[in-house]
Amino acid sequence: MQLRLEVNGVPYETDDVWEGESLLYVLRERLGLWGSKNACEQGECGSCSVLLDGELVCSCLVAAGQAQGRHVVTVEGLGRDGRMSAVQEAFLEAGAVQCGFCTPGLVVATEDLLRHNPAPSDVEIREALAGNLCRCTGYEKVLDAVRAAAGTSR
Amino acid sequence: MDFHSPRTWADALALKAEHPEAVPIAGGTDVMVELNFNRHRPPALIDISAVPELAQWDRADGHLRVGAGVSYTRLVRELGPRLPGLAMAARTVGSPQIRNRGTVGGNLGSASPAGDAHPPLLAGRASVELASVRGTRLVPVEEFFTGPKRSVLAADELISAFVVRPAPGPEQFCKVGTRNAMVIAVASFAISLDPEHGRVGTGIGSAAPTPRRAAGAEELLEAELSAAGMWERPRPLPDGLLHRFAELVTSAASPIDDVRGSAAYRRHALAIMARRALSWAWADLMRNGNAPCN
Ligand SMILES: Cc1cc2nc3c(=O)[nH]c(=O)nc-3n(C[C@H](O)[C@H](O)[C@H](O)COP(=O)(O)OP(=O)(O)OC[C@H]3O[C@@H](n4cnc5c(N)ncnc54)[C@H](O)[C@@H]3O)c2cc1C
Ligand code: FES
Ligand code: FES
Repeated sequence: MQLRLEVNGVPYETDDVWEGESLLYVLRERLGLWGSKNACEQGECGSCSVLLDGELVCSCLVAAGQAQGRHVVTVEGLGRDGRMSAVQEAFLEAGAVQCGFCTPGLVVATEDLLRHNPAPSDVEIREALAGNLCRCTGYEKVLDAVRAAAGTSR
Repeated sequence: MDFHSPRTWADALALKAEHPEAVPIAGGTDVMVELNFNRHRPPALIDISAVPELAQWDRADGHLRVGAGVSYTRLVRELGPRLPGLAMAARTVGSPQIRNRGTVGGNLGSASPAGDAHPPLLAGRASVELASVRGTRLVPVEEFFTGPKRSVLAADELISAFVVRPAPGPEQFCKVGTRNAMVIAVASFAISLDPEHGRVGTGIGSAAPTPRRAAGAEELLEAELSAAGMWERPRPLPDGLLHRFAELVTSAASPIDDVRGSAAYRRHALAIMARRALSWAWADLMRNGNAPCN
């Protein structure tokens, strides 16, 4: 099938998409947007998190055809003018990035959290990031980063 | 593979009638896992996520009719106070990402004995609305499940909605798993109290081939509470009653050993959850009198 969608404000059109492939596959393998990571393909790790029409979803669980005509924001679309977003800066500053595999998903999920709740409590941060697994940091630095980002975006 | 994208409910039903072998996809949180792992390659998908009728809920003659496509996130946000038991269960589903996409219609469609929506729907005596080009029928949730991952849904039918009364009183939901998030229930239990009519509803999850009620436990509680006049004037529940209630809940289950837990553990957990859920719901009732919440 032919798929048309907008990613990070840019319209894309791609042919020969298999209807049952995931939005994650489309982003990575067809559009060359490798920011969203593929670790589990079953919704467990959150490293493929993107915003679909403004809603936080696992792109591995969205069928390509379901993304037809929709607006997607990936980690590549968070910064402005070649600069990282406040959340991305905070992750870097706090040392919340080790191997970095989980980072795009965590950053997108954090952006989503702070959009809805600019001053989250620790419990709210934990709840909001419960769908994002990190095998390296032990999450403490991630919490630091989110708290810091909430401070700067306040 | 064909991919159908109906934009109206009538088109969705016509497509399902024409392609009974096609798999509906709503939030995709079950369907996509199957596809990604090549477990199942259906000849066609019908994407019902853009059918506006499925994403709506409304009130009619004292009941709520909630479209099959309402996500868990919306359920919590928009219907939390009216359906507290279901909202509690919805809050425990997966993660924010999963709750943004996952739907009660998809939970029912998968018909897993562990589906978290099922115990509160059973406890609230909800019905499932099934539709096809042939017409619409309303099936009590209790009669909807026929076995593990099996239901009465016919090949040409879609789930349009569930219909339930707003909670007539306190409700609770309990679930045990290995951690607090992203967990499929090892066992779960829901309770709904209707002080005005002296009725009790229950639902057991993940401890039998299908979700099921604990009818004996409901009857015991209804009988004892009305005999003691406790609905009108709630007093603390006697320990013996809590104990017998928990026993009857456990005996209504028929759990198996599997990777998530043993049958013995499930029975043990169920007894504790039944006790707790009832105590918490009863404590609510004592606090708030028997004013229905909606
Ligand atoms: C990481 C992860 C965590 C999860 N955690 C939980 C959890 O804690 N608790 C829980 O209960 N579940 C959990 N699930 C399972 C899943 O999210 C739920 O079953 C959810 O309710 C499915 O809804 P959906 O809209 O995504 O369904 P889909 O995947 O779109 O569909 C599921 C099934 O229902 C059918 N279907 C969907 N809508 C209809 C309809 N309107 N009419 C007829 N058939 C229909 C589909 O054909 C398919 O067979 C989890 C899944 C993942 C990936
Ligand atoms: S790759 Fe999508 S959640 Fe893990
Ligand atoms: S930094 Fe390595 S997985 Fe999180």
